[in-house]
Amino acid sequence: MSDKVTAAIVGPGNIGTDLLYKLLRSDVVEPRWMVGVDPASEGLKLAADKGLTSTHEGVDWLLKQDELPDLIFEATSAYVHREYAPRYAEAGIRAIDLTPAAVGPAVIPPVNGEEHLDAENVNMITCGGQATIPMVYAVSRVTPVPYAEIVASVSSASAGPGTRANIDEFTRTTSKGVETIGGAERGKAIIILNPADPPMIMRDTIFCAVDADADRDAIAESIVSMVADVQKYVPGYRLLQDPQFDDASAATQGRTKVSTFIEVEGAGDYLPPFAGNLDIMTAAATQVGENIARGMLK
Amino acid sequence: MTVNDLARRWTDTDPDSALDLRLTDTCLRDGSHHKRHQFVEQEVRDIVGALDAAGMPVIEVTHGDGLGGSSFNYGFSATPEQDLIKLAAETAKNAKIAFLMLPGVGTKDDIRAAQDNGGKICRVATHCTEADTSQQHFGLARELGLETVGFLMMSHTQPPERLAKEARIMVDAGCQCVYVVDSAGALIMEDVSDRVSALVAEIGKDATVGFHGHENLGLGVANTVIAARAGATQIDGSVRRFGAGAGNTPLEAFIGVADKLGWKTGVDFMQVVDAAEDVVRPAMPEECTLSRNALMIGYAGVYSSFLRHADNAAERYGVSAAEILLEAGRRKLIGGQEDQLVEIALGLKAAQS
Repeated sequence: MSDKVTAAIVGPGNIGTDLLYKLLRSDVVEPRWMVGVDPASEGLKLAADKGLTSTHEGVDWLLKQDELPDLIFEATSAYVHREYAPRYAEAGIRAIDLTPAAVGPAVIPPVNGEEHLDAENVNMITCGGQATIPMVYAVSRVTPVPYAEIVASVSSASAGPGTRANIDEFTRTTSKGVETIGGAERGKAIIILNPADPPMIMRDTIFCAVDADADRDAIAESIVSMVADVQKYVPGYRLLQDPQFDDASAATQGRTKVSTFIEVEGAGDYLPPFAGNLDIMTAAATQVGENIARGMLK
Repeated sequence: MTVNDLARRWTDTDPDSALDLRLTDTCLRDGSHHKRHQFVEQEVRDIVGALDAAGMPVIEVTHGDGLGGSSFNYGFSATPEQDLIKLAAETAKNAKIAFLMLPGVGTKDDIRAAQDNGGKICRVATHCTEADTSQQHFGLARELGLETVGFLMMSHTQPPERLAKEARIMVDAGCQCVYVVDSAGALIMEDVSDRVSALVAEIGKDATVGFHGHENLGLGVANTVIAARAGATQIDGSVRRFGAGAGNTPLEAFIGVADKLGWKTGVDFMQVVDAAEDVVRPAMPEECTLSRNALMIGYAGVYSSFLRHADNAAERYGVSAAEILLEAGRRKLIGGQEDQLVEIALGLKAAQS
């Protein structure tokens, strides 16, 4: 009996390949299969070089094997995952969903990473959600947040075809996560793809509306402490400026506005460090996968 | 010159129209930036009424940053944009009401709502290298029977060949007219015609080509004339320049020029000049001018709607708005990244102390 749980990565694109590097370093998860549909895929080739079984015959092939993985990390697109999720469940395979499909409950490691470890399907929201929702939660655990808005800017080079074709799913799933996990009554998400060359490092701005008499020092302290929590699994997660407080005015719809500016530099596993958006997504999925694996190994 | 020297005409696309060029006034969308998104119903009713009466074929109404733009990042709307679209559609007797959406800001649900409220033309805007983010929106808009327009924003940042490739992506997704959008007002004459010609060559008869200009280097009308000669048959502008930065191509001036050149726009020059002076100007907080910061935008090649946000950040943190805009240019920020202007201002402030 192996002391690791086995895993398949479905979707050998930017996210899937970056995730592969992280899982190869894991003490509790062993990535054994890389599943795609395009024989020419660079990710499939790379996985085979690293000793995984690579296939371009898709999930149909995987589910026909005698030995099935314990975990599937889904890195395709929301539409594809909605189609496959019931089949994974039927086969008794736990799914960690890195698409915005939101089939299962959402998990953000430093906020609710210990929850839903028994769920058959957990959702990682979006890269923008992983980067910003901890900051919304950092404010909402101190004071009520009637409205929060996040702006995620990522380099064009780090946004694959799945993200591009389904950009609405990104905004919808992220804004929902700002509400359900972040704790804002109403959430809004904006994503920008910037083609600058050399590519820009992922940047995020988080705006929270709070009451005029909210404790500003406590909010700022909570933000700084949450940044440190995220840095435990994404070392390149940085606060760019002190949190800014704008007094209530007509322009802020009568609420105090808290602005938090973040930069996310990646570990440079597959794409270079500018792609912090990939890194925070795959690092978070690795955390969650490992938490689930530890539960299974007990 | 009185020769009707257009490479293409709108009547080739819509034979019933008898128009050489089809104009879209965007003061109720691009002007929303200058107005800090504070339009009220009476202003929209008056402006749509006056422009419609003058014969303006298309009037665009939306938050400056498109559907769903009302936000901390871009500014909250004083009146919900969907209410304004509905009011505009109810007011216009002949003009079609257009609305703008930016993938990543608005969603397909916003498009459906805009159609329910009477919007007829769906204009989807992406940065000019990111056309593939618009595919699901064009797909939906066509399915709903909306007319479609694609905006390639910040067109000055890419060469004609790249723009043509991106235009092809939009057309294949269902876009019926691709605009060269000079969001920064940084294109200079032949820069415009080279880009329009490249699009015309790429998309042929599959779609039409449009041009949307800004005044930040004082070239709005001239650039629009050269765009039309190169084959742009849909033309944007804002009466009284009412738009972001130094404003858009002043449409009433362009209409006068088109009259002189013998190009049929269907808009009555005298009436639109009156509308500009008597109806549109009173709704403007101030004239759109070639102010220092508006010039910086054209010179540095920065998104025009950054102007008001740079002003705000400069005032809040006691730094120079011109410096903020120049740094935005150095960082190659694109439309939508207004949040970064505050971060730049904080950096400038720290450097001062």
